[in-house]
Amino acid sequence: MIPTHYYLLLGTALFTVGVVGVLTRRNVIVILMSIELMLNAVNINLVAFSHWFKEIDGQAFAIFVITDAAAEAAIGLGLIIALFRNKETVNADEIDLLKW
Amino acid sequence: MLPQIAFFSLSALALASAIMVITRRNAVHSVIWLIVTLFSVAGIFLMLQAEFLFAVQIILYVGGIMVLFLFVIMLVNLDVLAKQQQFNRQWALALVTAVILLAELGYGIYQGRSGFTLPPAAASPPTQGNTQTIAMALYQNYMLPVEIASLLLLVAMIGAVIMAKRKLE
Repeated sequence: MIPTHYYLLLGTALFTVGVVGVLTRRNVIVILMSIELMLNAVNINLVAFSHWFKEIDGQAFAIFVITDAAAEAAIGLGLIIALFRNKETVNADEIDLLKW
Repeated sequence: MLPQIAFFSLSALALASAIMVITRRNAVHSVIWLIVTLFSVAGIFLMLQAEFLFAVQIILYVGGIMVLFLFVIMLVNLDVLAKQQQFNRQWALALVTAVILLAELGYGIYQGRSGFTLPPAAASPPTQGNTQTIAMALYQNYMLPVEIASLLLLVAMIGAVIMAKRKLE
């Protein structure tokens, strides 16, 4: 029997790796992948609590999170294609049209 | 003993491959490492007795979203970017901030660990499988959220088509 806080610590560590990826990488596609990592960390937490409380609601929420991740990936990758068509780059530092 | 071994090896695999995801120069390698992470997380789901989510994770994430990523990487020319600097100028500050975040959250969870030694809520013995239980929850208690999620997917689908279209009339 693994204590529940081990799962929470694993989720925290995965989430932090995702945060580092979002903050430091310049490739927009890798930034999207880091967001997927963070969503997975959230899912681990939800399922761990669902297991601990012996309730199914956490897993239902995890399914909604996965749905969100799919929608976000579709929209995000569509945006990247549109962006690449217009600016010929996927470098986050060169995408500064809205920068003041 | 066996659950501990399984948990720690799965966690180590998930964390190591997650770090590989954010450090690889080639985006295709990042996708491959992300698939390894997703499989490890699926294993963690299996350890938490969430068999349905284990299947959904593999079918939807690995089979769906990751293939989408690979397609886009092949559509977008990444050769120029692969030769450039991979990390932006604020990476040191970002790393320090993230370590502080990890320390705070880890400290909070570690301090609150005694709460998890309390006996968990009394569970009725399972009369149905995991998939059946989730289906009951989704289609009874979460009927409206499921409908909203399906609407969200529809909007995302239309949005993705419009984004990727060559020219709007």
